[in-house]
Amino acid sequence: MVKINGKLLEAEGKTLTEYLEGAGYQIPRVAVEKNGEIVPKAEYSHTVLKNGDSVEVVSFVGGG
Amino acid sequence: MIPTREEMEQAFKMRHGKELQEKFSSAVVAVCGLGGLGSHIAEALARAGIGKLILIDFDYVDVSNLHRQQYKATQVGKSKTEAMEENLKEIAPYLNTEVHNVKITRDNAKELLEEADIICEAFDDAESKAMLTDVVLCSMREKYLVAASGMAGMGSANDIRTRKITERFYLCGDETSEVKEQHSLVASRVMVCAAHQAHAVLRILAGK
Repeated sequence: MVKINGKLLEAEGKTLTEYLEGAGYQIPRVAVEKNGEIVPKAEYSHTVLKNGDSVEVVSFVGGG
Repeated sequence: MIPTREEMEQAFKMRHGKELQEKFSSAVVAVCGLGGLGSHIAEALARAGIGKLILIDFDYVDVSNLHRQQYKATQVGKSKTEAMEENLKEIAPYLNTEVHNVKITRDNAKELLEEADIICEAFDDAESKAMLTDVVLCSMREKYLVAASGMAGMGSANDIRTRKITERFYLCGDETSEVKEQHSLVASRVMVCAAHQAHAVLRILAGK
């Protein structure tokens, strides 16, 4: 199981890109923290989620 | 008559204490975007006696900005960097400023932000926010980023909060209230978010 934004999900084996697209995120608007580090955007497509990973997806909204 | 440099330094030390003020006055903070968030962040940091502010924006003061940004009606048409520098120098005449009248991109960010200890993301566009987060936190790993997301509309000011996402990444806002038609930005709620960002900067410097 992978903990994503506080919920345990069966996402192990998926790449970050696969998870984010499947969950309906707009990738250009997100930042992803995995196990305490921000994942570089260029690495999303080859970052494979593993059992026990803890992930937080921050989805930016417009305004400032 | 404006106070002398010594008088201002003395006043900062009286209010903040010598130790804290030395941390503030030796810091370099960059403010990326000088709109509703950035203009108020810059004012709060100048008032706190931050040593140097790097101010970056490509835009010009427009009449449609005056409802929420720090500028004055007399400054419409000026570049935001020039107007901001003028206003900050009236508040804090000995503040060290560096201004860049450019759009921050993935290619120029590193050079523009090189000297900064802490970087405030104060853009309005969601993709630009995510881009700066990626560049700063993945290629300038020694720096802190204080970003913002979600401060539009008339929701409660109490929904605006600061969250520490990683050791060097703080996010302010309610994380949901997006600018849309009929759901625009009002000065008070944007200022709450800007104050959260400025305060996060001061807390990082204070070692909290």
